Amino acid sequence: MIEIVDPVRCTACNICVSACPTNVFETTPDGPPRIARQGDCQTCFMCELYCPEDALYVAPIADRSADPAERDAAAKALMGSYRSAIGWGRGRESTASLDASFELLIRAH
Amino acid sequence: MGARQFGFEPLSGAAGSVRHEADVLVIGGGPAGTWAAVSAAAQGARVVLADKGFCGTSGATAPSGTGLWHVPPDGQAREKAKASRYAMGGELAEHAWMDRVLAQTWDNVERLKAWGYPFPVDDEGQLRCTSLQGPEYMRLMRKQAKSAGARILDHSPALELLVDEQGTVCGATGVNRQTGDTWVARAGAVVIATGGCAFLSRALGCNVLTGDGLLMAAEVGAALSGMEFSNSYGLGPAFSSVTKSLFYNWATFYTADGQPIEGAGSSKGRGVIAQTLQTQPVFACIDRADPQIRAWMRVAQPNFFVSFDRQGIDPFTQHFPVTLRLEGTVRGTGGLHLVDQDCSTSVAGLYAAGDAATRELICGGFTGGGSHNAAWALSSGFWAGAGAAAFGRGARAASTRVALRAGGVALSSRGAAPSDSQAMVRAVQDEVFPIERNWFREGDTLHESLGRLDALWVRLRSSAPAANATEAVRAREAAAMLATSRWMYRSALQRTETRGMHRRREHGALDPTQRHRLLSGGLDEVWVHRHAVTEGAIA
Repeated sequence: MIEIVDPVRCTACNICVSACPTNVFETTPDGPPRIARQGDCQTCFMCELYCPEDALYVAPIADRSADPAERDAAAKALMGSYRSAIGWGRGRESTASLDASFELLIRAH
Repeated sequence: MGARQFGFEPLSGAAGSVRHEADVLVIGGGPAGTWAAVSAAAQGARVVLADKGFCGTSGATAPSGTGLWHVPPDGQAREKAKASRYAMGGELAEHAWMDRVLAQTWDNVERLKAWGYPFPVDDEGQLRCTSLQGPEYMRLMRKQAKSAGARILDHSPALELLVDEQGTVCGATGVNRQTGDTWVARAGAVVIATGGCAFLSRALGCNVLTGDGLLMAAEVGAALSGMEFSNSYGLGPAFSSVTKSLFYNWATFYTADGQPIEGAGSSKGRGVIAQTLQTQPVFACIDRADPQIRAWMRVAQPNFFVSFDRQGIDPFTQHFPVTLRLEGTVRGTGGLHLVDQDCSTSVAGLYAAGDAATRELICGGFTGGGSHNAAWALSSGFWAGAGAAAFGRGARAASTRVALRAGGVALSSRGAAPSDSQAMVRAVQDEVFPIERNWFREGDTLHESLGRLDALWVRLRSSAPAANATEAVRAREAAAMLATSRWMYRSALQRTETRGMHRRREHGALDPTQRHRLLSGGLDEVWVHRHAVTEGAIA
């Protein structure tokens, strides 16, 4: 589930508030959006892809909040990692063009 | 159908703080909905698309990667493709629909190429179009729907359909769950593209898929088909939402003490995993992938590895616990019954596309997951959009006609008892999640579940209407899940055989006399009856 809105990186553009399909975030008057409904998070990682500042971290645990121990070190190392893997963001190219699924589909069936 | 006899209430002049007029209202903004919007707009229709979440990130496709049933138009390749799921689907697919979907998918991929979707190129310089990366695909589809002229309403769940006095669908009402505003969209025709129902199981991208469109359609009298084919479970790491199963073709499955589980596998051996999970945890390791396969996996589905990387697990060398998450009709095949090639339903003015519609037409009772559902979404969306545009533009002159509100449960009930949507959701999940109830079905347990589910429905019927926009959305989701579970289990009870994904413990074999569809519908009284499969068998 969504765990972190980094107040240092966040510019309060509120794109995540719009982009989250399950309406987890809420705007605040003077700062970063807050995680208002963490329990509604479906761990789809879409907010991370749409965040231009890599200010969000979604822990991969679907059914509960992450412990600080399993959250903080991973977040420090991996914030923005998924967006980078997809190739979204300035100076990057979508990695959809590298999608090797066809090689696997041929071999799986 | 006479709409007044249902006791539908007229839409009051003041209702709806935001009003929209359109020829076509599309409800749902995943692949099927966006293709419907593009296609309707191309016919000159004014289009409004309302999504519960955000068109572009909503639904099962956007956060995912999906295969695509893209087969070259050469006779042999297509015959082989059609045959691939025909027997597994219990011979319920229809030749003519498979041909149409293969042809339309081929054409729509040409459109995707022209719009700039970056399909990969193989060693021989050929574009390979048998898969789509979800985030890129759906970002592109949002853009295309907008540039085609569709008006997109994000975070705007529809709550109920509107019908005229003849019972013809003429719009919908809903709320904006971020502002709390209500909206009314008057339209000549409506396309239901709200996806299937995965019962809030947290399978990847599936929590917006609660069967809302099925409930709305049933309230105006639409029929469903194949709701017994609704017990698809996605395989994934136990801790994770990522129910992407392709890579488990290279996995071995183990017990806690590291013994391989005989017969366990991702596709044919998934029943063994289901059986084993009832008594002990199951672990997987993708240890049959060589370095080349591993490298392809990394670039094929980056999202698959996000979960592992962040939990510090190497899935190629370490054993990790797996589970089966219910994906219901999302990867099942049941949905709204279609009566014509334009994806019209049994109700005038109402069309259905994508996972909200039955996919028995192309894969029978076997999973529509992956390539077939993706092909179906872009084909059925395309047809439903065009069909709704033709119908909706004809109805334009009647846009001032009376509109009646068709939503009953949780909206206009007259009861006083407060309802607890969260408790209702849990009660439904308790009946549909357990492998011993739903993966393997049995007459007695189906009866027991239906007894409890019917009682829940009676209670919901006598509860007070939702107090505000947020509550209304949650109450309608709970109601839709409950209604879906009752169509599922009543259909499952009637099918006294094992066919496709529907497995009856006490009827373990396919019964050749039951090669028919089961249509279902109704709310207070759920009905199920047989419907012949249109012939035209595969040679």
